[in-house]
Amino acid sequence: MFRRHMMTLAVSVATLAAATGFAAAQDTLKIGASAPKTGPLAGGAAVTHWPNIKLWIQEVNNRGGLKVGGKNMKLELVEYDDKTSGEEAVKNIQRLATVDKVDFIVTPYSTGLNVATAPLIARYGYPHITTSAATDNVPEFAKRWPNSFWLLGTSKQLAEGVADALVKLRDSGAIGKRVALVNVADAFGLELFNAGKPALQKAGFDIVYEASYPLGTQDVAPIISAAKAANPDAFVAFSYPPDTFALTEQAQIQKFDVGAFYVGVGTAFPGYAGRFKDNANGVMGVGGINADSKALQEYRKKHKEVTGADPDSWASAVTYAGLQVLEQAIERAGTTDKAAVIAEIKKKPFNTVVGEISLADNINHKVWSVGQWQNGSFNGVAASKGVDGAKAPVKKEAWK
Amino acid sequence: METLITGILLGGTYALIALGLTLQYGVARIMNLATGETLVAACFIAFWLFASYQVSPLWGLFLIAPAAFVINWAIYTWLLRPLVDRAKTAGMLEVDSILATFGLLFLFQGLMLRSFGGAYTSYTFLAERFEIFGGYYGLNRVVAFVAACLIAGALYLFLYRTRYGTAVRAVAVNPNSANLVGIDVASAAALAFALGGALTACGGTLLSTYYTFNASMGVVFTMKALIIVIMGGVGDVRGAVLAALILGIAETAVARLVDPGLTLAATYALFTLVLLFRPQGIFGRQQT
Repeated sequence: MFRRHMMTLAVSVATLAAATGFAAAQDTLKIGASAPKTGPLAGGAAVTHWPNIKLWIQEVNNRGGLKVGGKNMKLELVEYDDKTSGEEAVKNIQRLATVDKVDFIVTPYSTGLNVATAPLIARYGYPHITTSAATDNVPEFAKRWPNSFWLLGTSKQLAEGVADALVKLRDSGAIGKRVALVNVADAFGLELFNAGKPALQKAGFDIVYEASYPLGTQDVAPIISAAKAANPDAFVAFSYPPDTFALTEQAQIQKFDVGAFYVGVGTAFPGYAGRFKDNANGVMGVGGINADSKALQEYRKKHKEVTGADPDSWASAVTYAGLQVLEQAIERAGTTDKAAVIAEIKKKPFNTVVGEISLADNINHKVWSVGQWQNGSFNGVAASKGVDGAKAPVKKEAWK
Repeated sequence: METLITGILLGGTYALIALGLTLQYGVARIMNLATGETLVAACFIAFWLFASYQVSPLWGLFLIAPAAFVINWAIYTWLLRPLVDRAKTAGMLEVDSILATFGLLFLFQGLMLRSFGGAYTSYTFLAERFEIFGGYYGLNRVVAFVAACLIAGALYLFLYRTRYGTAVRAVAVNPNSANLVGIDVASAAALAFALGGALTACGGTLLSTYYTFNASMGVVFTMKALIIVIMGGVGDVRGAVLAALILGIAETAVARLVDPGLTLAATYALFTLVLLFRPQGIFGRQQT
């Protein structure tokens, strides 16, 4: 008798649990995210990637969730640390797809991790909207993985933007044609160097000093002193955040004054302007935003309110825009069917914080390539065709 | 000249990174894989004191060093002493301590991520020009170098001019014999470990004035410290400082005269040379 009661009880509990679980599954949309929280790229992801996911989830949930076919679905985040390792990232995606069974996956962070996980994300059929990957293989990747969408542009675009900006400065008489060119020796630095050097030479610049340094180098005093000895008019470094900061500080300390000073990733970080204050004025770097755009100003305000920190002035807004694309595509498709959402992404342009984004051929063609600190904001000074709001680059004044 | 001065300043940085590990590994025989995390934690605390309470990192040293001393003493007493007690050979202790401090590394890293986030952090302190023989150098680096010299000098005086220092050195050379002549090996080892932690924290505090750091950067420093400690001769402060200076000058010279891309290669080439010709390190003793 007792046993039968127990059986009944157990069955009821199981049924109830299944029923409530079922109901819950109906009303929430599981979003999976895997990106660095530790490892070499954790610093960049903490500025550019994670805060935007937090902001997006909160925004969508605050207004009642996503409207999917007449139903409001709240977002629930499942997040993993990939330790900046490709293998770990692949394991995370596998887990998100098979164990957590998430409805959608947010792009991983950085070129390397996106490329490492792309085949798996494609195999599971999720839309893959990358917002922090910049590589020249974008057209090839878009073809190989038709579920993937590339929002940040190619390294060629980013590097040629540098040549564009320097040409503008040269034509206005601000600088001559001597350029010192350095790069960090990893995928990003090498790709930009390989695209940037010929672009600069084609534009009529002389490369008077070139060098590459290993990832993780923070003692850049010898690089700056050697570059200074070559007496260039412009200094271009395809660098990563810690070396971006170190190069700037050393240039300032060694009174290395050039008419154009360009450093790589990290220049657009709020911490850059915070640290170098007035001396940041006139420094150019990779990325840029249209600081005059109302939508962007609104986004920056909300980012600060919700996450407690300012976004960077390049990939942060693009990361948020990528999430907006996903959100609008799901709502337009009116279903959580992944294939239908992928088809929807290609159909019509999306209205985002960085302006209208069209992904008909899986690639966003309207990207910022170079920004410059001008009176406290990192304005875009070079961009691909069709991008509004570019400002004219100005000559870098001597370091104080 | 410029290359030499830049190299010496860099060597000073390396000495700061390695001094603590010299004591911990050389005397307490604990291969502390969390030494880089201790360093980065000190960077964060120095930053926090500076940003929130306007405490200059140089004054911060007087808060951070004693705190690190106490924490490391506790770590040694509660976590590592049991390993020391049960280890039958030096090799076994080494393996156990590597595993235990490997765990500590993740604990520290997790705590830092939780408290400070994963973002790059840096602040401006004495980022002014300082002129030496017509060349310009960062004042913060010069100050850190001078502080490193003072700290290394004080440590040298303690180890070579005091009774207790002699006891510590005796433990470094041979713990068993030290025990025979009435030295309290256990407390000397605890002191060395705690002192090592405090030195590492001093290094972090000074480093934070000119380095950009984040919570996951510790392992870079651990690697560098390890190379310097082994090059200098395990447990020898003079050797560690000398090895640090050699590395600093070599790296700067290679970066300036050959190619900045070859600095890592230069480091490892030097390391290999030392291992080939003086496997016991520059000042190390030949094993008998």
